[in-house]
Amino acid sequence: MLNDKTHLEKAEWDETEARQVIEQFTGLKGGLMEALHGLQHAFGFIPKPSYDLLADVFNLSKAEIYGVKSFYHDFKSEPQGHHVIQICQAESCQARGSRALTRHVQELLGIKLGQTTHDGHFTLEAVYCLGNCAVSPNITFDGKLHGRMSEDNFDGLLKKVAL
Amino acid sequence: MSDLVTLYVPLETTALSLGADELVIAICQEAARRGQDVEIIRNGSWGMSWLEPLVEVETDKGRIAYGNVTVEDVPGLFAAGFLTGGDHALCQGLTADISYLKTQDRLTFARCGLIDALSLDDYQLNGGFLGLKKALEMTPEQIVDQVTKSGLRGRGGAAFPTGIKWNTVLGAEGEQKYICCNADEGDSGTFADRILMESDPYCLIEGMIIAGLAVGATEGYIYLRSEYPLCKEILGEALINARADGWLGRDIRGSGKAFDLQIRMGAGSYVCGEETAMLDSLEGKRGMVRAKPPLPAIHGLFGQPTVVNNVLSLASVPIIMARGAKFYQDFGLGRSRGTIAFQLAGNIARGGLVEKAFGIDLRELVEDYGGGTYTNTAIKAVQVGGPLGAYLSADDLDLPMDYEAFSQAGAVLGHGGIVVFDGSADMAEQAKFAFDFCAVESCGKCTPCRIGSVRGSELIAKIQAGENSQQNLDMVRDLCDVMEAGSLCAMGGMTPIPVLSAIKNWPKDFKTE
Repeated sequence: MLNDKTHLEKAEWDETEARQVIEQFTGLKGGLMEALHGLQHAFGFIPKPSYDLLADVFNLSKAEIYGVKSFYHDFKSEPQGHHVIQICQAESCQARGSRALTRHVQELLGIKLGQTTHDGHFTLEAVYCLGNCAVSPNITFDGKLHGRMSEDNFDGLLKKVAL
Repeated sequence: MSDLVTLYVPLETTALSLGADELVIAICQEAARRGQDVEIIRNGSWGMSWLEPLVEVETDKGRIAYGNVTVEDVPGLFAAGFLTGGDHALCQGLTADISYLKTQDRLTFARCGLIDALSLDDYQLNGGFLGLKKALEMTPEQIVDQVTKSGLRGRGGAAFPTGIKWNTVLGAEGEQKYICCNADEGDSGTFADRILMESDPYCLIEGMIIAGLAVGATEGYIYLRSEYPLCKEILGEALINARADGWLGRDIRGSGKAFDLQIRMGAGSYVCGEETAMLDSLEGKRGMVRAKPPLPAIHGLFGQPTVVNNVLSLASVPIIMARGAKFYQDFGLGRSRGTIAFQLAGNIARGGLVEKAFGIDLRELVEDYGGGTYTNTAIKAVQVGGPLGAYLSADDLDLPMDYEAFSQAGAVLGHGGIVVFDGSADMAEQAKFAFDFCAVESCGKCTPCRIGSVRGSELIAKIQAGENSQQNLDMVRDLCDVMEAGSLCAMGGMTPIPVLSAIKNWPKDFKTE
């Protein structure tokens, strides 16, 4: 969903690709957001060298580009792990045990929310509402949403990718 | 070969999150194994989320529903003859007779679950585009007048009269007016916008076209949150179909009138659900809240007159135009006219969407529709209206769902989200979270919100640790005063509501001794 390319090895800088991505949105009103989405999609994060390209195309300063990029949770500064897990931290999921679920996942992976494991396998993120609140608690695993998540179900999902 | 049987399995986020796609494959495989012809229609959701994935079978008597179907249940269902509506533990009877659904006032959500969301034929066979056809024959003033008389108020939470907003944009001078649909449904406990966009996307598109005709806007944007990727896909396809069929473009169905719209994605920011922050984000900037005035209706997107409406406000317009203002106005109570989509969430046995006329009380929603808590324990707290709404206690359940009644009780109806908590909830922890969430999501423009949220969280932590609790509670109240009076928008201005209601209703959760 949000991180189509999460593999570290695919995150190498490629100026030609970046230019191609950005150029699709140059004529668009308010196109900077779309260009950032495009880069995030292509690289799995917003590589620093792209700030110059964006500044040039949208006639803004690099500081302004950084300002926009850093405002939004979806635009990452670093490559993400192979697998990205988001756990909803908002009220509806809290009411169905998301705090305990989060502790369980953190212990299992040995990382906190917002961190990536040393081997680059897993990134764990907080998310605030996935809009599936009638069947809380919710997580996404590599972009796929799972409702009514339990510790056991999570262990099952993890086993599938850990093999 | 046996007769073809038609089945419905929703293509909707909740159903998918509980395995609907895997279920479709399993049903097809089992049918093939048995030499049975089946056609599976991917409908939207009826909003009975607790029964998802909900499989329906078309029979002579009507559509028969089977709830919470898993891949493992499939062979058993075939063996029980579910293709002819056979009895099975998962059978819910006729969909139309399920009381959760039957007793609702389905106006805005009338087609959700019933139809294949992307079928223009289905849409028009069930009343779609009737409102737009009428609007195409009317003057802008007449359209605005209908919407004003219907009593429709903004469903995003602020409840501002939609007709008055439209009238301001109609009267404003501008080179290019815009219709912006706020689809940044970020409140925890809400998912009605999502269900509508996934289950009946043409309804939103129709509402936006009518809004365009009413105010003289030819361009529209749907600002959609990135957490809703399926909405993006479905709306995107709906736009292509609507354009191909002449409902969008330079000459809408030969009327000589123009309107087109595009989807823009948010990027995980809650505050962009605030209308002026959303406009900045649409312009490709940081989602910073703007001071009002000037109102967006006069100086909105790219400085032009702009209608900013929530998904459900816009999606309610087609039926108002089709059936007339009086029809809509006849639902509701006091100054809250029409229907509102309540969303039952959190620790609730039967979570889902309930569209009812205003005036139903909270108890009926939570206990009768919702069936009480999922954990089957007593209700401790109910948060209505999202993360900026009050935590109500079990004693408050007789409150009627009406904007004014809620406001008098110091609470907010907001976007209609209802999150239930049982006795395991620690209300000091919930109050702390309200501050923490504000700290994470504040746009940072004004100090009470940016700094106040951080200080508030620290103060609650001290209270939890039993450190000068009484003094620190007084300080929290002071801080809440400042945030309420000194913040530009609802983010900082309303964060005190959940905090203060938690302190008031559950003093024992805050260690004051």
